[in-house]
Amino acid sequence: MSSRRPHIVGVGESKYTRWGKIGDITEHALACQAIMRAVEDAGLEVDDVDGLASFAEDRNEAIFIAADLGLPCLRFGNMVWMPGGSGACAAVANAAMAVETGQAEVVVVYRSLCQGQFFRFGNPTPISSQPLEPPPPTVQSADSLFMASMGFAMPYGMLMAAAAYALPTRRHMHLYGTTSEQLGHISVTFREHSHNNPRAVMGGRPMTLDDHQSSPMIADPHRLFDCCLENDGACAVVVTSEERARDLAKRPIEILATEQGAPKGYAFGPFTNANVADEIYATGACEEMANRLWAKAGVGPKDVDVAQIYDHFTGCVLMQLEDYGFCKRGEGGPFVESGALAWKGGSLPTNTHGGSLSEAYIHGLNHVVEGTRSLRGESSCPVDDAEVCLVTSAACVPSSAVILGRK
Amino acid sequence: MSERFFPDGMPSPTADTTTLPWWEAASEHRLVVQRCTACQHTRHPPMPICPECRSSEADWQELSGRGEIYTYTIVHRPIAADQEVPFVIAIVALEGSGGIRMMTNVVGIAADQVRVGMPVEVVWEDMSKDLAIPRFRPI
Repeated sequence: MSSRRPHIVGVGESKYTRWGKIGDITEHALACQAIMRAVEDAGLEVDDVDGLASFAEDRNEAIFIAADLGLPCLRFGNMVWMPGGSGACAAVANAAMAVETGQAEVVVVYRSLCQGQFFRFGNPTPISSQPLEPPPPTVQSADSLFMASMGFAMPYGMLMAAAAYALPTRRHMHLYGTTSEQLGHISVTFREHSHNNPRAVMGGRPMTLDDHQSSPMIADPHRLFDCCLENDGACAVVVTSEERARDLAKRPIEILATEQGAPKGYAFGPFTNANVADEIYATGACEEMANRLWAKAGVGPKDVDVAQIYDHFTGCVLMQLEDYGFCKRGEGGPFVESGALAWKGGSLPTNTHGGSLSEAYIHGLNHVVEGTRSLRGESSCPVDDAEVCLVTSAACVPSSAVILGRK
Repeated sequence: MSERFFPDGMPSPTADTTTLPWWEAASEHRLVVQRCTACQHTRHPPMPICPECRSSEADWQELSGRGEIYTYTIVHRPIAADQEVPFVIAIVALEGSGGIRMMTNVVGIAADQVRVGMPVEVVWEDMSKDLAIPRFRPI
């Protein structure tokens, strides 16, 4: 079995832009572009691809991508249930499972987002592509479990991710004294990293802590600079077996362990999880998953040389750092304030590409791309001799994670 | 009609047959929580099966309407036309509910005065003759 151990052998992406700026090419064509670049990076041919894996809410169905790319045979077409960006690492996990169990030889994980061609995620309008019309003031029939559940959020104006994820963050502030300035350190650090990255949408645009503190309030405690970007762009990751990886173009990066999941009652995260256990409300809800992940990989938080932490909102980064054991519960604020996440001089260099706060928001698959580059020594903020990288996909919502390793 | 806090254009609830009875109680200004008749465990939003004992038998327990703010956010972007901002979305822990919390709005207080732990009580906002939404205000 060991020769079938799954490895990441190729990564690639399209250009990343502000949301709505890619209009000359369709979202699915952009996915194909990223897939072809990742395959080329691996030293493979598109004809070698026999599996495609993606995650929830993908408009670019594998069957059409396979046809567009002219794949000789699609043996594995797979989608993760975890919502939104929560599934990026889980999609890598599914690709790894397919390779390890022989269901496919070369599986590409992809994500393409062109928010201008569909709808803008950050808009405080109902979660659908329909324009907001004043509805009749009566109870409406829900056409899905999701909408029945959102019936207990929407009438209160809870439609915007920035507001939903503010709820556990505010609770964390109440319990532990976490401050907005501490959250600002996360934004400023990731912005600093993005300046080295030619792909980063916000690269070259400096941000100070004062800039963070004077940015407009969106949903208290979230200021504008606590919220991830909204972008158009696509990226892809190629997974194959150790045996196949030996002859390819780049140093293969091993997928040491993967996990996905949600604690009891978590449903759609802070839009609907008001009744999860008190002990996990002001957390990223990843602690149990993290413990399973460390055990499976045979490494612990102290072994991590570089981390790519899903950064939809700064508070969720802070709570994940506690969940994954990089600091104690409640000490995320002082931990980030100490400079721990900085590429230069930090104990845990994090989001060396700039993250979703400063590189781009490609539903976190770009964090897997960067994790791979950081272990290859190809990152624009390289961490010397990095051997173990943690990549996470979302928090405060059902989520997933992988640990990557370089031999 | 009751006092109004939000404009007509606010999104209406969406419900299925499991959750509709909760909204029917709300239309009568009754704040209820679903309770398993087998093990007495309460749950919200309403669900078809008790997540503790898996019984599908349940009834509706009427609450006092008092509670305490568990967490909140102050939203600075309007959802509907003519909506005043900022407005407060909160999670309120409901008295006598077996530990149930619900999402709601806090009204009748300046947003920057809202605090975790603040005692609140329900205030019903009639959006129409068929639809009442429970908001909360400080006691």
